[in-house]
Amino acid sequence: MSAQPLAAAAGAPARIRRWTRLSTGFTGGFGLLVVAMIFVPVVFGANTVQDMTTLLTYLLMAVMWNALAGYGGLVSIGQQAYIGLGAYATVWLAQHSVNPYAGMLIATAFCGLVAVPLSFVMLRFRGAQFAIGTWVVAEALAIWVSLDNALGAGTGTSLSQLDSYAPSSREHYTYWMTLGCAAFFTGVVFLLLRSRLGSSLQAIRDDEDAAASVGVRVVAGKRILFLLAAAGAGAAGAMTVANTLFIEPTAIFSVNYTAFMIFMVLVGGLGTFEGPIIGAVVFYFMQNLFGNDGVWYLVALGGVAMAFALFLPRGVWGTLEERTGLRFMPLGYRVSGAAGAAPEEP
Amino acid sequence: MTWVNDVIQGIMLGGFYGMLACGLALMFGLMRIINLAHGDIAVLGAYLIYVVLQHWNTSPFVAILPVLPVMLLLGYLLQRLLLERSLRSGLLVPLLTTFGLSIVIQNLLQQGFSPDVRSLGAQAGSVATASWQITSQLSISAIGALTLGVAIVIFGGLQLFLSRTGPGRQMRATAQDPDTAELVGINSKAVYARATAIAVAIAAIGGMFLAIRSDFYPYSGPTYLIFAFEAVVIGGLGGSLWATLLGGIVLGIAQTIGGQINPEYPVLAGHIVFLLVLLSPRGGLVNLRRVSA
Repeated sequence: MSAQPLAAAAGAPARIRRWTRLSTGFTGGFGLLVVAMIFVPVVFGANTVQDMTTLLTYLLMAVMWNALAGYGGLVSIGQQAYIGLGAYATVWLAQHSVNPYAGMLIATAFCGLVAVPLSFVMLRFRGAQFAIGTWVVAEALAIWVSLDNALGAGTGTSLSQLDSYAPSSREHYTYWMTLGCAAFFTGVVFLLLRSRLGSSLQAIRDDEDAAASVGVRVVAGKRILFLLAAAGAGAAGAMTVANTLFIEPTAIFSVNYTAFMIFMVLVGGLGTFEGPIIGAVVFYFMQNLFGNDGVWYLVALGGVAMAFALFLPRGVWGTLEERTGLRFMPLGYRVSGAAGAAPEEP
Repeated sequence: MTWVNDVIQGIMLGGFYGMLACGLALMFGLMRIINLAHGDIAVLGAYLIYVVLQHWNTSPFVAILPVLPVMLLLGYLLQRLLLERSLRSGLLVPLLTTFGLSIVIQNLLQQGFSPDVRSLGAQAGSVATASWQITSQLSISAIGALTLGVAIVIFGGLQLFLSRTGPGRQMRATAQDPDTAELVGINSKAVYARATAIAVAIAAIGGMFLAIRSDFYPYSGPTYLIFAFEAVVIGGLGGSLWATLLGGIVLGIAQTIGGQINPEYPVLAGHIVFLLVLLSPRGGLVNLRRVSA
């Protein structure tokens, strides 16, 4: 925005705009894709529907972790706290005769609410302190849940209330629910990052101290991301239990979920909007192709994450953006026509 | 009297946590990074001792002697090949790199040693089981006393190294201000590599006690990383080394007293004390803010 007087000084008229033909087309296409995905259960069989549910759950996790780490600079190793909490809240609500699907939405909101008091504790920390602080919260929650007999204690519990639906319609409802949540949270992140708040969030991402010095309300911005990421992870947890129908504390509160999120975001591109979506698709195919290879697959997953962190910290998409200047889903503004500005896109 | 016993058991357990936390605190104090693979490195040390014991029928206390130089070398390489590169690019990259490393180590151990749960308690002989009965309700186990003693020796030795020797003084200078240290001819990269080597070797000693005191398996690391980190934070991040040992002892006491209240509570009690310390306006937090400001 401050580019305008600069450009005037250079003597060339500058145009500041957000959309290019390419990005309008792409964002529109993305919206159409979401609409088209509503019809997946009508066209494809049960296996595809379940696979797509899994893919969308991964996508939701990656987008939310990226919002937190990529924009807030908050590397959390404890997002499994909300995955577990969302899943167990859904089971608890179903036990108390709430419709399971309504329960998933309530559980999602509940995770966001739980994050409010937690944010006042956690946002006092930076870097490693935040990372391990969130992890300890997740561990403590896992122990707490495993002491509760009504929730199946350490051996786990199932969402048996979903059995009242026929298997095929249950899978369809779960799919639509997951699609709705993934689209909703991705949309909210997109709009949030394009708003005035988004500019301050991107400033925080780039340099927290500098942002604070020009009057950006750093903590308020981070808090919104913290709550949003908690609710999103809670939704992902609720979807997971609806998809697998059974949960146990050590698995649903497993730090592996966060490992997966980190992998998806690092591969796709930390701090880019499109990156985690690409990362989720890559991760989904890797799970399907090599998931049965067990240990070596996990070694490779960790190794690839390390390699990306060290050698390609902006991920696949971030590097591509940097090299080509392409923006498919524009969050910022671009200046054209001014001296030294990026060349026009076709 | 049981409370006195709990506190004494907690202090000895705290020596163990302090030992695990020592390397973490050293690396944080010097480079401001937390090595998320620290717990897995301790477990790796335990497995290397296990390998030595497979070929050489001796005690773990002897078997660690050939393991220590290997760990020193691994630590040096870890810094030179991975962490040094990650340090250049801000706060996030070292965290993500070491988290990736943690997953790699765990699964390589799983591949190499199977998921079986192991313990080196039997090979340690009578040390692992002996205890002195002071009164009917108060007893001190030999391994507990030895853990605490070794922890005090490690912390004292490291403190002496930092204050009395040339390389130690270089480390303190680099911790205070790496740029100025470079100006007076200190090679900060070499200093970092030496510190990581020491941290990794101390983690292996912690791993040895872990293997003797209880059992371990390839995925044991993260649990002990969390305990070690809790000890560092309770002591006050970036504070003195002795504060880290003290933090370990506070954590140990919290866990034994929690276990006294309910056998299912020890770990939870430790987490709660950790979170309370984080919340308190004084304690660990004050140090932490002063350092990061």
